[in-house]
Amino acid sequence: MSINATLIGQMITFALLVWFTMKYVWPPLMQALEERKKKIADGLASAEKGKHEMELAEKRATALLREAKDQAAEIVSLAQKRANEVVEESKQTAKEEGERIVAAARAEIERELQQAKEGLRQQVAVLAVSAAEQILQKEVDQKKHREIIDNLGKQLGQA
Amino acid sequence: MATEEHGSGGATGYIVHHLTPLSTGEGFWTLHLDTLFFSVFLGGVFALLFRKAAERATSDVPGPLQNFVEMLVEFVDAQVKDSFHGRSALIAPLALSIFVWVFLMNAMDLIPVDLLPDIAKTIGLDYLRVVPSTDLNATFAMSISVFFLILFYSVKVKGPIGFGKEMILTPFHSVWMIPFNLILKLVEELAKPVSLGLRLFGNMYAGELIFILIALLPWYVQPLLSFPWAVFHILIITLQAFIFMVLTIVYLSLAHEEH
Repeated sequence: MSINATLIGQMITFALLVWFTMKYVWPPLMQALEERKKKIADGLASAEKGKHEMELAEKRATALLREAKDQAAEIVSLAQKRANEVVEESKQTAKEEGERIVAAARAEIERELQQAKEGLRQQVAVLAVSAAEQILQKEVDQKKHREIIDNLGKQLGQA
Repeated sequence: MATEEHGSGGATGYIVHHLTPLSTGEGFWTLHLDTLFFSVFLGGVFALLFRKAAERATSDVPGPLQNFVEMLVEFVDAQVKDSFHGRSALIAPLALSIFVWVFLMNAMDLIPVDLLPDIAKTIGLDYLRVVPSTDLNATFAMSISVFFLILFYSVKVKGPIGFGKEMILTPFHSVWMIPFNLILKLVEELAKPVSLGLRLFGNMYAGELIFILIALLPWYVQPLLSFPWAVFHILIITLQAFIFMVLTIVYLSLAHEEH
């Protein structure tokens, strides 16, 4: 158990070991630990920030949604109004068209009536003439009679 | 039984054989080759392992080795921060070296007592003591180095005059008490390395001795005793390494304190 030169050898070994640890082991490890600490702190901070941003975005989204709903409601009410207008308009148009058609039909009827009257008038005139011809047969001043018949025709036309 | 192999001296011969170091040289210039070899080897294991971890240290997800090394480093760093309030680039690495090195040297205790000496015998080495911390030279080498650091920092922080004043004027601040103070302080300062070195040596020496004594018993009794003792020793080797480290930190932080 004697103390001897081994002590010196051990002291040198110890000194070298401590020097080595101090120079080459401790600093890189501490640096890595510090860096990781910083990284984790940054990560936590950015997570916090992200959370905050998400909250803001959610708020914004809610606001946008509400706005969109309002707009949609407005558009729907406008569309309904417009539809009513269109229906009214088409009702009006249809009514006008109907009236127009009825008027045209009436005009047509009037016109055909006139035509029929004219045709009848002429036929009556021809019948009258031929009847008169047959009655009078002879000695008839054809010219004179024609005049009389025409007058008659006119009177018929006026009737 | 082991005594048969070392027949010449019986049980006593076996114990003495196990406690005799492999040495060379005469008188003071004797070198305990086994102590030197194992402590340098274990120091090398520590240095290479930790250097490897330090080289690859990243702030990203650490691997298993880096994780383990970081755990130790943070543990030591926390101890240093607890007791030492100054700033020093030396103390934390010093504490780490002490803790791991002492732990590794103590851990040689857990290798079966006859294994390495018997292997050594086959290559022609008659004696081999495998636990460096059962050698007073190894424990005192560390405690005396720590003592020098205590002196160095005391003088550096307090100045030669401040340190001298502390040596002669505490704890009793009176000119008449100077010799008494000086004796007290000398004992106090010298007790630090002596207790530090002897505590570690005593624990490991006693532990190793008990392993050797257990090895003398019949083979069917040995596991019953050596297993619990080895389990208990896992605690002892860690605790002794821890105590050595913490006391070093405490002594050095006392040296940094001004009175």
